[in-house]
Amino acid sequence: MAYLDHAATTPMLPEAVLAMTDQLAVTGNASSLHAAGRRARRTVEESRESLAAALGARPSEVVFTAGGTEADNLAVKGLYWARRAADPARTRLLASPVEHHAVLDAVDWLATHEGARVEWLPVDGYGRVSPDALREAIARDPSDVALATVMWANNEIGTIMPVAELAEVADEFDVPLHADVVQAFGQVEVDFAASGLAAMTVTGHKIGGPYGIGALLLGRSYAPVPLLHGGGQERHVRSGTLDVPAIASFAVAGELAAARREEFAHEIGGLRDALVAAVTEAVPDAVLGGDPDPAGRLPANAHFSFPGCEGDSLLLLLDAQGIECSTGSACTAGVAQPSHVVLATGSPPELARGTLRFSLGHTSTKADVEAVAAAIGPAVARARTAGLS
Amino acid sequence: MTDFPGAPDPSAPRDGRPLRVLAAMSGGVDSAVAAARAAEAGHEVTGVHLALSANPQSFRTGARGCCTIEDSRDARRAADVIGIPFYVWDLAERFREDVVEDFVAEYAAGRTPNPCLRCNEKIKFAALLDKALALGFDAVCTGHYATVVTRDDGTRELHRASDLAKDQSYVLGVLDDRQLAHAMFPLGDTLTTKDEIRAEAERCGLAVAKKPDSHDICFIADGDTQGFLAKRLGTAEGDIVDEDGTKLGTHEGAYGFTIGQRKGLRLGVPAADGKPRYVLDISPVNNTVTVGPAGALDIASLSAIKPRWCGTPPTGPGRYTAQLRAHGSETPVAAELVGDVLEVRFDAPVRGVAPGQAIVLYDGTRVVGSATIAHTERAAAGGHGVRRPGGLSVGRPAA
Repeated sequence: MAYLDHAATTPMLPEAVLAMTDQLAVTGNASSLHAAGRRARRTVEESRESLAAALGARPSEVVFTAGGTEADNLAVKGLYWARRAADPARTRLLASPVEHHAVLDAVDWLATHEGARVEWLPVDGYGRVSPDALREAIARDPSDVALATVMWANNEIGTIMPVAELAEVADEFDVPLHADVVQAFGQVEVDFAASGLAAMTVTGHKIGGPYGIGALLLGRSYAPVPLLHGGGQERHVRSGTLDVPAIASFAVAGELAAARREEFAHEIGGLRDALVAAVTEAVPDAVLGGDPDPAGRLPANAHFSFPGCEGDSLLLLLDAQGIECSTGSACTAGVAQPSHVVLATGSPPELARGTLRFSLGHTSTKADVEAVAAAIGPAVARARTAGLS
Repeated sequence: MTDFPGAPDPSAPRDGRPLRVLAAMSGGVDSAVAAARAAEAGHEVTGVHLALSANPQSFRTGARGCCTIEDSRDARRAADVIGIPFYVWDLAERFREDVVEDFVAEYAAGRTPNPCLRCNEKIKFAALLDKALALGFDAVCTGHYATVVTRDDGTRELHRASDLAKDQSYVLGVLDDRQLAHAMFPLGDTLTTKDEIRAEAERCGLAVAKKPDSHDICFIADGDTQGFLAKRLGTAEGDIVDEDGTKLGTHEGAYGFTIGQRKGLRLGVPAADGKPRYVLDISPVNNTVTVGPAGALDIASLSAIKPRWCGTPPTGPGRYTAQLRAHGSETPVAAELVGDVLEVRFDAPVRGVAPGQAIVLYDGTRVVGSATIAHTERAAAGGHGVRRPGGLSVGRPAA
């Protein structure tokens, strides 16, 4: 088996499994006042501190959520509602068109149901938003912008955005900028304070932690309108009993992700380069998606378009050979759609249908790359005979 | 009787050799059991659910078809239990072009199409089969009740299912020998009731065991064909006339009628003889629907176009039995292929035959071929037929 879909989810780190299972045996609601509650609270707060340290944030800036999707929704909808409540003129929402669906669909929802006027920021052929584009969009009328949201690194094609520069532009106009950092965490240096972001989303299961736990890093001056109402556990911004085992495990994974980042980028980046070379050799007309400069893309990401192929066909053929990868984009009812990310980069739709994303992770080996090198040529040749249906 | 030697196909499924099989799984019980049987027989089976609707409707309750997210999920769960890989393939665009648009166009032309046949001809055993073969599969497996017999020379014949009550060979009558060479129908030999198929599904742990059968046209979610057509074709008021041309009433679109239809005519004036009236003819060009007595529906002969043969086309006249609709009985005929047109004469008149329907010819249990009915000729009193050009002519039939 060659598991090359770490961007979908990556195996849990043994340390994270241990932290989680240890806590699963312990009773205590972190909001209770007795000894068991205090013990749970201590675990949560220590975890919050570790995670904050791993991300260059203050502990009070960590708002735990039930995952990346919730954190993205909280940032986009919550900040939109709060900013509009403070000034009804603020209904303009700026977003990159290559966002994950957790942002994209939240933005669309605000447009449909909450009167948001959405402006999709232009991207270049690598799917990158330029600071000038953001400046131009905000400067048109800085007073009516609710917020801007641009992901730190793209989940499909791996392109890294100039987040600090974008945040600087936003800050100049006092516009909060949110970034989905789900894919970037553990792969590029992420420092919340240095970034200048108002908010950023991270999640556990992409860094070797558990599913169902994430966090919104939220600047202390921001009070998004909550999505969930209840006990007000997390800064009165997010309600719900804290998931102590998941939080403890997430924190361990986060700490390790930050500590091992450089080594990971070096080693996995090397494997990724070998994979790109092998695929390009086997299929000379394969088109590498995203930024070809390793400095501009996630070290674990390789993304290709294969002319004349259906991504579905390739997936089936590689799956049958034990190679697990992805066509790149999420899907409804299992139906693969041409990727909105690839389309946004200006790729023709026929090319956008034949995409594959190989994403590496902490368990990836040279053997995985060799398996792809051996299988990809024949798979593409066969998929081409099946053509584009 | 003419012989039909088909071309031998080396990759034709044979007993004993494990094949790479692509099982089309609708999410219903039949296709799930078919896939399970293929896997049990030792074949290397991969399940695929065809997404045929561009906007799959979420969990519509009550409606039955094969285009919902729930169906896709049921198919996936069945594949999990059988232990085979499973994918969803998006054939919505092909389905829309080849089946849905054809369906609408046929109705607009005053004919009565059978979209299931079209789907088998153009989607399951064309788009899907071609893709499957290209990807290295040997066969496509479905939950149809029909039997494929391999002759000694390797050519294949399509026969009615062992259980005639469940036979679905009619909707497969459009398959040519190349398509048939790669078709697998594991339910065809089943001499069991539907309850026994459900029991088999239950034994295999398949949750679809209790799922209701689908009967509707899968792309018309609520089963309201007239509503679907009205939305696509708009309404256009026209006359309902009798065979003399006397206006009896009005309608909101000639496509809303099927030859032989009795209900829903909403005629204010009763027939002179007090007997029920039926739709005899639909003329889309002048948007007129002609009604008349049951006897006027009797057909003595017909010509059918776009013939498809399971093997080489027959030469010269032959004696067959014919089936004219999915659950219809069979009737003896004399048939001859004249050029590209199949001329069929019924031994005894048959009632209620609509242009657009498929006629499938059988030799015993063997499917010989099929064609699309273009014209019917009435078994008029006095013995000479009256040509009834379904949907193609402006004239209504002379009395």
